[in-house]
Amino acid sequence: MRMLRAIFSHGSGRIGGVIVGVYLLVAVLGMLGLTPHNPITQFRVDRLHAPNSAYWMGTDLFGRDVASRLMAGIGQSFTVAFFSVAFATLAGTVLGLAAAWLGRRWDGVVMRIMDVLLAFPAILLALLIVTVAGPGTWTSIVAIGIVYTPIFTRVVRGPALSLKAREFVDAARTFGSSSSYIVTRHLLLNLVAPLTVQVTLALAWSLLTEAGLSFLGLGTQPPAASLGLMLSDSRNLMETAPWLMIFPGLAIMISILGFNLLGDALRDILDPKMRRAPA
Amino acid sequence: MNYLMRRLATFPLVLLGVSILVFVAIRMVPGDSITAMLGTEAGLLTPAQRDSLAAYFGIDQPWFIQYWRWIGGILHGNLGISVTYGRPVLDVIIERFPLTLELAVLSMIIALAVGMPAGIFAATHNEKLSDLGVRIVAMIGQSTPSFVLGLLIIYTLSAGFGVLPAMGEFAPLWQDPLRNLSQMILPAITLGFAFAASVTRISRSSMLDVLSDDYVRTARSKGASARSVIWRHALPNALIPVVTLSGIEFGYLLGGAVIVEQIYALPGLGRMVLDAIQQRDYALVQGSVLFIAFNFMIVNLLVDLAYVALDPRIRLGES
Repeated sequence: MRMLRAIFSHGSGRIGGVIVGVYLLVAVLGMLGLTPHNPITQFRVDRLHAPNSAYWMGTDLFGRDVASRLMAGIGQSFTVAFFSVAFATLAGTVLGLAAAWLGRRWDGVVMRIMDVLLAFPAILLALLIVTVAGPGTWTSIVAIGIVYTPIFTRVVRGPALSLKAREFVDAARTFGSSSSYIVTRHLLLNLVAPLTVQVTLALAWSLLTEAGLSFLGLGTQPPAASLGLMLSDSRNLMETAPWLMIFPGLAIMISILGFNLLGDALRDILDPKMRRAPA
Repeated sequence: MNYLMRRLATFPLVLLGVSILVFVAIRMVPGDSITAMLGTEAGLLTPAQRDSLAAYFGIDQPWFIQYWRWIGGILHGNLGISVTYGRPVLDVIIERFPLTLELAVLSMIIALAVGMPAGIFAATHNEKLSDLGVRIVAMIGQSTPSFVLGLLIIYTLSAGFGVLPAMGEFAPLWQDPLRNLSQMILPAITLGFAFAASVTRISRSSMLDVLSDDYVRTARSKGASARSVIWRHALPNALIPVVTLSGIEFGYLLGGAVIVEQIYALPGLGRMVLDAIQQRDYALVQGSVLFIAFNFMIVNLLVDLAYVALDPRIRLGES
């Protein structure tokens, strides 16, 4: 509650919070199928209709309602983004803590593996994984999750190493606390702040990567809706039906903007050092 | 020097990891490269023809022998033969890389030329309306995916001015510089926009940090002009985070901008890797990914070395 109040008293936090809140609502409605029309029903007589009262955002080449597809697409994109970031957060936290706590050989092995993953451009690594496993929602989740795991590992390992050297950890050891207790109670709890900021920003990247994969035809598969796929389909109809490009384009952009604004606000709130120079 | 040696020593290890990962991953893609290369015509091959093609491309051996031969070849400068192009992988990469490099350089020039002055301007007009304006534009820029911007640019040009970006056959810079620039400018702006937004934000925040430092206050109290304080005293130190960001971004761009190359139909490295993955062109995927990873590591190392050049107080590798 205190965190929510802090977010809403922060300029960009307020805007970001409202954007993300609205998107979450639309995503839930889209996933529950509570859309103006069925997103895959083809109203063939109404193909390529410009926005009007029956179809708020027009219809596509197959006569499907763009607004309904957009809602379903936001649901789809958010599902992939949330699960992939959850995957990366969990994997990155476990690996980062293991590397920091076990040190030496473990640290070396884990961090070299992360270096290998980081040496790949994100989209190429995701592309490779998706091609291996075949396109689909779960494949996108795992691919994007693996791509962002090294970033979370680094975010956790650095501060965990410095926390490990602090007196309160020595004191806990002296009192006979087990390693698992120290790692979960003393290290992990102190990492919540940087992790929260990273999760918010990673959601923005994840939305971007999901849209990119779908744009290249390797994410969500038709006839299901996805923002990237809708945008890709709009390319050949740009001049005759610009609404097919404008609405999904704006939807992707504003969702990323929302998470970026929220991430910035959280960084200001949770990391007092950053307050001096909000960007 | 020690740091440089230690960093260089990790290169072979990381490249070995990349090589194993890409070698295993591409072989897990369903289907085989000969069928992918010949399509339905692959069915017309006799078993003997198929075997001799597989032998020619070196994919008839068990995986560990293929890997061993590949690594051995790399050490002799031979990355294998591309199934798709029927030519040495290195030749194909060398043919595609200049475009990717040019696109990365142009995007960086745009990003720095726009982002740094905008960031410095915003920092020196902190909390004023103009600062807010710059921050809003930068935030929007950072949140606009390249494929959204690319399509918007193409749409605006075609709907508003009745022109389309210069596509068609790509003209290398050294053959037809004018045509080349007309083909490259829009992709570079598309990539450079978000990059410029990031540079603006990082320049602004690091400039604000530096401007509140004691030595800047001292320079001001000694009567140094505002211009001299910004350019001579503050800017060199504010540059360090900008160098980091630009370097990392540049390193990624050298890996090819798959989506932008796809939108503008540019024959760059990113699109080549995408096609190679879909064609199961093992040698080309392996060679180009290794090449991209190597470039990325070199750029990162150069970024680290640039810190020292910009701030001699930094001693790399010391805790």
